[in-house]
Amino acid sequence: MEKRAHISGWTLPLLLILPQMAITVIFFYWPASQAIWQSFLREDAFGLASEFVGFENYAALFEQPEYYRAMITTAIFSSLVAFFSLACALLLASQADKNIRGGHAFKTLLVWPYAVAPAIAGVLWLFMFHPTLGTLSKPIKATGIDWNPMLNANHAMTLLVLSATWKQISYNFLFFLAGLQAIPKSVIEAAAIDGAGPLRRFWTVIFPLLSPTTFFLLVVNIVYVFFDTFGIIDAVTGGGPAGQTTTLVYKVYADGRLGGDLGGSAAQSVILMIIVIALTAIQFRYVERKVQY
Amino acid sequence: MAGVTLDTVRKIYAGNVEAVKGVSLGIEDGSFCVLVGPSGCGKSTLLRMIAGLETISGGEVKIGDRVVNQVEPADRDIAMVFQNYALYPHMSVYDNMAYGLRNRGTPKDEIEKRVKEAARILAIESFLGRKPRQLSGGQRQRVAMGRAIVRKPQVFLFDEPLSNLDAKLRVQMRVEIKRLQRALGVTSIYVTHDQVEAMTLSDKLVVMSGGQIEQVGTPAEVYRRPETRFVATFIGSPPMNILPGTVEGPGRVSVGGQSIAVTDMRDGLTPGSAIEVGLRPEDVQAGGTGTSSLSMDVDFVEELGATQLFHGKVAGAEFIVQASTGQLPADTRKLTLAVDPGNVHLFDPQTTKRLGRV
Repeated sequence: MEKRAHISGWTLPLLLILPQMAITVIFFYWPASQAIWQSFLREDAFGLASEFVGFENYAALFEQPEYYRAMITTAIFSSLVAFFSLACALLLASQADKNIRGGHAFKTLLVWPYAVAPAIAGVLWLFMFHPTLGTLSKPIKATGIDWNPMLNANHAMTLLVLSATWKQISYNFLFFLAGLQAIPKSVIEAAAIDGAGPLRRFWTVIFPLLSPTTFFLLVVNIVYVFFDTFGIIDAVTGGGPAGQTTTLVYKVYADGRLGGDLGGSAAQSVILMIIVIALTAIQFRYVERKVQY
Repeated sequence: MAGVTLDTVRKIYAGNVEAVKGVSLGIEDGSFCVLVGPSGCGKSTLLRMIAGLETISGGEVKIGDRVVNQVEPADRDIAMVFQNYALYPHMSVYDNMAYGLRNRGTPKDEIEKRVKEAARILAIESFLGRKPRQLSGGQRQRVAMGRAIVRKPQVFLFDEPLSNLDAKLRVQMRVEIKRLQRALGVTSIYVTHDQVEAMTLSDKLVVMSGGQIEQVGTPAEVYRRPETRFVATFIGSPPMNILPGTVEGPGRVSVGGQSIAVTDMRDGLTPGSAIEVGLRPEDVQAGGTGTSSLSMDVDFVEELGATQLFHGKVAGAEFIVQASTGQLPADTRKLTLAVDPGNVHLFDPQTTKRLGRV
């Protein structure tokens, strides 16, 4: 009983997809092609002349120890944020899915952090954990830890993970909640009658049934940490101390905008682009197939 | 094995909605009890309270000699078959059946023995490695039953297990469930809204309406001697005809000025008082002659193959007569119906209760 509207001719369909295509081309394909072109050029210090250097920018990049350090930083940062934001969101969603008084209010409030702009979220967390001004720094210092995210790279990373996780929990929470609500109640009841306690039910029935959602979120979260945390990093640490919280994306900005090395920065952008394409390809390929039960 | 006893069991939902209004019922060990009623009559809620999936607001549920009001579903020693089967979609058929045994720490070889045995009984041995989504509706139904029987529980609970199957498969599975229950001898409680399933499966038939029990009895008792007008019109297809009448005297009522003799009639009813007269479509003789008869105006005829249904009016009320095909011409416009006094059911118009001999 499928009903489809039939449109004759090409004019209307083309007109309808034109705005979307225009935005995609102007804001995605054009800058992307510019970046690829630029990654093969070297500009002089004053931006007056540029020469074609082939893969020299890429070669130079892979000789920089800083670039490898940024990779490791990104890997640590993204795995920590992805793990904690998924774990917290799953915990919250499984609690909110129960029949609790005021459940609607909880669900709404849990979504709020997602509406906060990354830079503002960053400033917020920076103030709370500022070594001298922060309200939360005092109790930490009282425990004997010399808390200072301005100087200590581990502290800086902790603060970044905290704020990035906090912001991403909302998004994951919504998807997990929807995923939990899609599991038929009778399956859970059947497991209860089959003698599985709440924890065992969760790990043997609920968690496996959520695996498509979890895998989808894992990819989305990695992409989020790679790219959307720029605002938070810029506001909280500025890549410091001593470049120790500089991620791949932040390095693009630091080298290109601050360092003036447009060619090298463009080469880094192209590599990031390849990473995103790969992640998206994995998602499309496996979300449909592998995680199906 | 164990019987199940319900003592004034109540279910009150938030907002003071009483879904089950004090139901008392004894289900003998090894018997097949069917709870039947229209949707919203509380039959599923009652079953879920026995399973432990709903809290019990009042009264007592006993499995064997044990009061189970506060006992977790897992510890009630019951197994349940759900309407949508509720199979674990990510587990193979084997794992679906083994899950409950593994949770209880049954030894591995014992699990294998029991699952293989259940699979053999249900003829699903060749599907053990498959996932539920690779099975047809009937096969999933068998797996759901297999999951119940491997546990060897005290009581089987069935929550409308056949309603997702097509008509042909439903009849087949119905017979299999009955055969299986006979073979295993496990006390079974079965909820359905389908009166054919209810009649064919049950040793003990419980008709429910509005959160209360209307009548308990064997299928034959309930069909032959319905205690209320609700039961009379709910059990039997097409439903019993109900005509408005008046009491003439002992053993006689009148319907639209036509006098009818009645065998099962309460003594001492005031002549002239209103009464409801129930006649099953299959119990009246179309075109026959007898001591009592009614005249009927026919509107149209439904063909059912072996039988025909004549729809029309008797004394201004809707009336259906069932007759063997060929017995009457299809263009019949007027019928004379012979009524056997033993087939007349009388009900009180106010209380809707049966006005039969006490």
